[in-house]
Amino acid sequence: MDWKARLARWFRQEAKRHEAMVAGYVVPDPIRCVQCGICSYHCPIGIDVRRHAWEGQPVVESYCLTCGECVARCPRGVLRFERSDLLPAD
Amino acid sequence: MRRYVIVGTGVAGIAAAEAIREADPQARILLIGDEPEGYYSRPGLAYYLTDEVPEKQLFPWRARDFRRLGINLWHDRVVALDPRGHRLKLQRHSEPVPYDRLLLATGSVAVRPDLPGVDLQGVVKLDTLADARRIRQLARKAKAAVVIGGGITALEIVEGLLHHKVQVHYLLRGDRYWRRVLDEQESRIVERRLSERGVRLHYRTQAAEIMGRRGRVTGVRTTDGRVIPAQMVAIAVGVRPRLALPRAAGLRTERGVLADEYLRTSDEDIFAAGDVAQVYDPRVGASVLDDLWSVARAQGRAAGYNMAGWKTPCRRGTPLNVTRLAGLTTTIVGQVGQPARDGEDDLVGIIRGDSEVWRSIPDAIVAQEGFSVNRLRLMVGKKHLLGAVLMGDQTLSRPLYHLIDAQADITPIRERLIQGREPVAEVLAEFWIQWSRQHGTQKPQS
Ligand SMILES: Cc1cc2nc3c(=O)[nH]c(=O)nc-3n(C[C@H](O)[C@H](O)[C@H](O)COP(=O)(O)OP(=O)(O)OC[C@H]3O[C@@H](n4cnc5c(N)ncnc54)[C@H](O)[C@@H]3O)c2cc1C
Repeated sequence: MDWKARLARWFRQEAKRHEAMVAGYVVPDPIRCVQCGICSYHCPIGIDVRRHAWEGQPVVESYCLTCGECVARCPRGVLRFERSDLLPAD
Repeated sequence: MRRYVIVGTGVAGIAAAEAIREADPQARILLIGDEPEGYYSRPGLAYYLTDEVPEKQLFPWRARDFRRLGINLWHDRVVALDPRGHRLKLQRHSEPVPYDRLLLATGSVAVRPDLPGVDLQGVVKLDTLADARRIRQLARKAKAAVVIGGGITALEIVEGLLHHKVQVHYLLRGDRYWRRVLDEQESRIVERRLSERGVRLHYRTQAAEIMGRRGRVTGVRTTDGRVIPAQMVAIAVGVRPRLALPRAAGLRTERGVLADEYLRTSDEDIFAAGDVAQVYDPRVGASVLDDLWSVARAQGRAAGYNMAGWKTPCRRGTPLNVTRLAGLTTTIVGQVGQPARDGEDDLVGIIRGDSEVWRSIPDAIVAQEGFSVNRLRLMVGKKHLLGAVLMGDQTLSRPLYHLIDAQADITPIRERLIQGREPVAEVLAEFWIQWSRQHGTQKPQS
């Protein structure tokens, strides 16, 4: 298995270690973000993803479709999916 | 009630205003900026040039965000600063403006080379939204353009011009692209991609004169006597901090306004942050210039806290940029510099999206790996990774940043990285998996 497949498998395993795999959240890495707004522009339901990236907060809105559009469109790899159970409970 | 005045509505100014409000709920905060558009994403201008994002999307804040924070926003230019009297003179507002604490967050501006013809219509730079609009407008009509300069901004302009179907001539002083940060292979990857997309690269070529007729650009004459016909000339040879105001006020300056790690200048009540500031970094033991969004934001925030009395040193962190070079996503982090060679630099001083740290030449061994378009260069120090350039596939971008920034002890894999018998990326990925389990980087920072 090449390293990429292995890394991908690791991400999956990491997620599986925690049982309650309800949904994924979009999580920003603010240091990469330059507030260009491409993420918010492509959100089909108008979530201001850019603001989350500024605040360093995951997109926890229950109506987020987790369609991955913002993650895919960000030109700087600011956004990624993470399993909900890895986030602090609120 | 303290009066805070911030000059500059860029990200450093905005971050400072937020921090002041947090630390001093009663404060009076006045934000003064000379761009009519106020606060927008400056790096986003590159995506505006390529139509990836419309102009109105570049504004992260609305009027209500300013109201919510109780920030007073003025469109005006500060023309003089009187540190003793604690006042500013503005261009339009006739009364002097008093302050208790002042922040200079005035950014940097593109260097204008001393070239005959630079004032002609059709000569452009890319600093501001107004510049980007101008480039788009001219590109609609222009057949050919000459791009002069290096680094990221020059290529962002190239992308924008290609998108508008303009024939691009790119002049390089030396024999390769961005020699102070990229190594030879990386330069070649970028150059090859540029020519594949129709860009004409002119190596070892300098402009002697921008030619014009009736005030408009008609072409460029090179130092070896050739003439390249063009209706536009774009210049991106570097930027300089705006120093006129602080210098006239007698503040200490070098390449930027000198500030300590609390962002305080040589005047007790005046702070500086962002591109204009040259900030003392205890880790490096020197004062450093950066031209990076995230650094400007971090400095602005720390300056705001310090102005309001929350003593907060600014830890710069490892400089990072993720950008596109000729369409190839590229991460640059830490120290990756290349030895300079006289007269071959397309840049003077610092450029946009740049950090002086990248150019420092690390005491490191290079481990590298090239696939067809994906490339990873690692700078391996005695115990830590010092820097990396990652082009193409970005799977390792985040791991690399964390390993470098946290100064992870790479002793267990150092030999394997250097010997090069195994794929570097694989060794790293494996190491990252273990390291991050121990250090828990999976939790989002808040
Ligand atoms: C095309 C482009 C691409 C970039 N790409 C990247 C990138 O990929 N990654 C990255 O990290 N960074 C990038 N940057 C750099 C980044 O935008 C800057 O580091 C950041 O904007 C600096 O913020 P600042 O607040 O210090 O200054 P600025 O954003 O420059 O804001 C300063 C403001 O102060 C105003 N001002 C100046 N003097 C006065 C005065 N006397 N009175 C009133 N107002 C005044 C200016 O007009 C300006 O509006 C890029 C920049 C450009 C232009």
